[in-house]
Formats: sequence, structure tokens, C-alpha cells
Amino acid sequence: MAYQIVAACTNCWACQPLCPSEAIYPAAPHFLIDAKRCTECDGAYSEPQCAAICPIEAAIVDSQGVAVNPPGSLTGIPPERMAAARAEIGAR
Amino acid sequence: MSDKVTQLQSEPEEGGCTKSGCGAGSEPLSHLPEAIRQKVHNHPCYSEQAHHHYARMHVAVAPACNIQCHYCNRKYDCANESRPGVVSELLTSQQAVKKVLAVAANIPQMTVLGVAGPGDPLANPERTLGTFRELAEKAPDIKLCLSTNGLALPKHVEEIAALNVDHVTITINCVDPDIGAQIYPWIFWNNRRVRGRKAAEILIEQQQRGLEMLVAKGVLVKVNSVMIPGVNDQHLKEVSKVVKAKGAFLHNVMPLIAEPEHGTFYGLMGQRSPNNAELQALQDACAGDMAMMRHCRQCRADAVGMLGEDRGAEFTLDKIETMEIDYAAAMERRAQVHAQIEATRSAQAAQVQQGGETLVPISILKRPKAEPPLRPLLVAVASEGMGLVNQHFGHAREFLVYEASTQGVRFIGARKADNYCDGGDSCGDGDAKWSAILKALEGCEVMLCSRIGMGPWEKLEAAGIEPNNEYPMEPIEAAVAAIYRQWQEAGRLHRAAAPRNALSA
Ligand code: SF4
Ligand code: SF4
Repeated sequence: MAYQIVAACTNCWACQPLCPSEAIYPAAPHFLIDAKRCTECDGAYSEPQCAAICPIEAAIVDSQGVAVNPPGSLTGIPPERMAAARAEIGAR
Repeated sequence: MSDKVTQLQSEPEEGGCTKSGCGAGSEPLSHLPEAIRQKVHNHPCYSEQAHHHYARMHVAVAPACNIQCHYCNRKYDCANESRPGVVSELLTSQQAVKKVLAVAANIPQMTVLGVAGPGDPLANPERTLGTFRELAEKAPDIKLCLSTNGLALPKHVEEIAALNVDHVTITINCVDPDIGAQIYPWIFWNNRRVRGRKAAEILIEQQQRGLEMLVAKGVLVKVNSVMIPGVNDQHLKEVSKVVKAKGAFLHNVMPLIAEPEHGTFYGLMGQRSPNNAELQALQDACAGDMAMMRHCRQCRADAVGMLGEDRGAEFTLDKIETMEIDYAAAMERRAQVHAQIEATRSAQAAQVQQGGETLVPISILKRPKAEPPLRPLLVAVASEGMGLVNQHFGHAREFLVYEASTQGVRFIGARKADNYCDGGDSCGDGDAKWSAILKALEGCEVMLCSRIGMGPWEKLEAAGIEPNNEYPMEPIEAAVAAIYRQWQEAGRLHRAAAPRNALSA
């Protein structure tokens, strides 16, 4: 049972000092969670701390590989709007 | 100087901002108590006069943030990007200290070190305060300042005051949680992500408490607000009153920057930015309540140099690694340079005092009662600093906009002509650049510079803007005043008709 940091991470450092298990460490190209240390914050906090502060949608996934903060959940930007804007800007 | 101050104080309905201070004997800060004026006298970000002479730098040591704002995208970092909060190179406290010493030794005009991001300085207290601790010891002649969203402010006030940080900027966009809920989707508070109105309520409470605590400790507090049309634009007048009552010494209203390509909520959801006229009107409305800051350039979190310029590329990590710094010697040289600057400033102020050319003698401009009213004139100026008309039009990346009227000459604000982008082929062709320039010159009828090529001259004329290169190296205000007099004498100010390059609504 462990959370995982994936490619969307922008290396903002916010999660690292909050982890009660000291499981998070800087690495290239992005921060990582040591699966052996991560406790999913069980018993320490009601919300897994890394996922509670991470500003980037889909940068942290749970043990099932599901994004804890799915697209749209933090910025409020509907994913369709984001996709449309990307396509529009990319086509210029 | 004292005459001028009395004059401003005796005209409270005009506010301290109706006369320009650039290069002149007074400025919007002249209503402040002497102790505060001493403190901000050579701070380029707070003193309108000082920004012509002194430099500032920001170090990017604070990556983490504890809130989300709808005008910010934490993913964005383009090397050509110069929006506030954006940064290319993240530094450790040790690297930051090294960089500050290198810059201070090489740019002796540097007086201020700020930590502003790219996240929130107080969401990274170890990195931010660690940098300050070391600098307070190694470079005591440098002023320290930080800017924060205020969420973590109350718990750090004690140490901020102990470290002798002399200015703190708090970004306060609202004092009403219902408005806040439209600006902040979430905050991280007490180990939870808190959303909606509740989040705004906590944030506002912490900001206000932090402001009160800092003022009680004698630390100068400036308030920044982002003007978001339809969200908080009207409300900011109330914010201005509240923060002034609590003891903030300056209120800086900045325009929202929102473009779809920035990937922010506002950018993507079509929230528009205010235009120059709207921004100016709101700044004027708030100025009735307190000093406003009109020369703010909304710097990047790693900006280095005079306001409006960024010499960061000269001081990258690998470059400072090879620099040998003798700070004791540098400090001596810095003291000499600062003394020279102060001598120049006193001389400029004295020139104004003697009347001379520098201020429009208001009595001359006072119209006989029977005549139709004279309209004000907006003049854009290309300047490299020192308060002089000393820049080639083609080199201008921003314009200083002055308003001349029967009341005198006043500084309105600095407008970027490069659309927050350093250029490069990917960022737009000549046409895009021209439209950015014309947008910056919106409402201006004269463009004052030291030199200008034939092509641009014709293009400006075609757009209804009169280029003028007759005052190279002259003090800006004297030149603007002289132009206003010429227009008056030529009867061009009686014309009630709106100028061709009119302010768009
Ligand atoms: S879930 Fe908790 S324990 Fe696991 S990495 Fe995140 S903060 Fe650390
Ligand atoms: S908070 Fe999110 S984006 Fe920031 S370092 Fe941690 S995982 Fe990466």
C-alpha cells in the first residue's frame, strides 16, 4: 500500500516536508515516494498529506494507480475546456 | 521640499498622488511620517523617485505554495515569460546568498533583496528565513523584503520582525469571503485541503491578523491587489479603506493578466483583464484613501536589476560559481555609489525647488474663467532611468505614462510594450510587437523618446500619436510640461474632440 508520484509532478517541494513517514525525496525528473516507507498517512492524518497539498492534478496516484486529484478537481478548469484550449493553441 | 509637502497635505481632497514625483521634489509617499519615508527613500519598488536610480533583486528560493489562486498556473515556466511569480532557476538558501553577494558587488545600485516566490515565501519558511538570516549577517547594507499571500503570516511575524525585515507585501484581493470564493479554489490549512467559502474565510482572517501584527511590530506593510473585472474591481475600494485603517502604508492595484496560453483558470475560462483606462480609474478611486503605487512592473520572482529590466541571465548559478567576491570592498563601493546617487537626487530636487523648468508653473496654465476648459494630455515616455528622456524608441520595452493637465504633471504608470514576453521568433512577429506597442500607448497623444527611426515615426503618426525627440537627456517632467505648454499655446487643448488614439472602453 503506497502512494506514488508520477510524471505530472512539477517538483514544487510542497509535499516533501509534510510526509510523516519521510517517504518523499527529490529525484530526476521528478519527486518520488519510497513505497517501502509510505503508510498512506494511516493513523497520522485523515488526508494523505502529499495529496492534500499537491497543486498539480494527477501528479499523485493511489495504490490502484488512480489519480488522487483528478483533472479539474484542483483548478476548477473543466477537462474538456483544457483539452480544447490545448488543441487550439497547438494548432497556431 | 517642505513647501511641497505642506502643499500636498493641505489638499487632502486631491490625495498625495495628483502630482508626480518622478525626478521631482515630492512624490506620493510625501504624506508619510518621516520615519517611513526614510525607510522607503531608496527602495525602488516603493519609492517612485528611487525606482529611477536603484535596483532590486528577487531570489527564487520558495517553490512550495499553500493556496491556489485562479490567476496562477503552477505548471508554467517558459524562459521568455516575465509574469509575476514565474521563475526558471530554483535556488537553495546557500546559492541564493551567494547570488545576492555577487549581484550586490556587480550592481552597486542594488539596495533591496526580495523573496517573492515562485510559491509563497512563508510556505517555505526554512528556505526564506534561512536566506534572510545569513544575509543579515553577511550583507547588512541590503534591505530585506518578502511578499506573501498571508496564510502563514501570523505564525512567522515574530521572526520576521526579529530579522529586521523592513517591508512585507501581502496580496489581499478581498475582505469578503463570498468574493474570495471566486478567486481561491482551495487552501492547505491544518493538514487538510479546505475549499470554497470556508477557505476564503480562513485566508482573509489570517491576512488581516498578519497585517495587524506586523504593524504592531513596526514592520512596514504594503498591500497588493489584483484587479479582476466583475469579481473584485468595485470591492477593492473597500479593501483599500480597510487595509489603510489597519496601518498598511501603500496599496498597489495591479491588473489581472489572463491569457488562455497561460493555462490559468481565468485565462482558460475567458475572464478578461482590465484595460489601461479601467485600471487607472480604479487606482485613482483608491488613491483618495491612500498612497498608490503606479510604477509597479509586476516582476518575475527571480528578477535582477532596475525595475523594468532583468539582468538575471548575467547571474546564473554557473556564472556566480566562478565569481570571486570581496564583499567588504564591494560594500565600500556600494556606499560611494549610493552617496553619488543621493547627490544627484538632491540636485534634481533643488532644481525643482527653484522653479526653473522642471515643474509646470501652475499659475501660467490657470485658464481665464471665460475660456473653455483645457483637457489633460497623456504623454508616453521611453526612459532608461535617472528620470530622463534617454531611450531610443526602438529599445523601449515599456513606456512611462504621464498626464499633463492644468493641475501639473503626474506619473500615471508604467506600461509594458512587450506583452510580458522577451520576444524571440516563437513569440510573435513584427505585427504582434506593433500591436503590443500600440496597446501600451492607448490614450497617449505624444510619445517622447531620445531618438526614433523614420519608419516607426510614420507608423506612430498614422496611429494618431505624435512622436517627439526634441528633449533628449532632459528631465521627463520638464519635457512633458514644455509639451503641454506648446499644445496649449497652439490651441490644441481647447479642442473638446476626443483624440484619435482614444481610450477604448
Ligand atoms: S501518503 Fe502520506 S506517507 Fe505516503 S508519501 Fe504521501 S505523505 Fe508520505
Ligand atoms: S506537491 Fe505535487 S507537484 Fe509538488 S513536488 Fe510534490 S508531487 Fe510534485
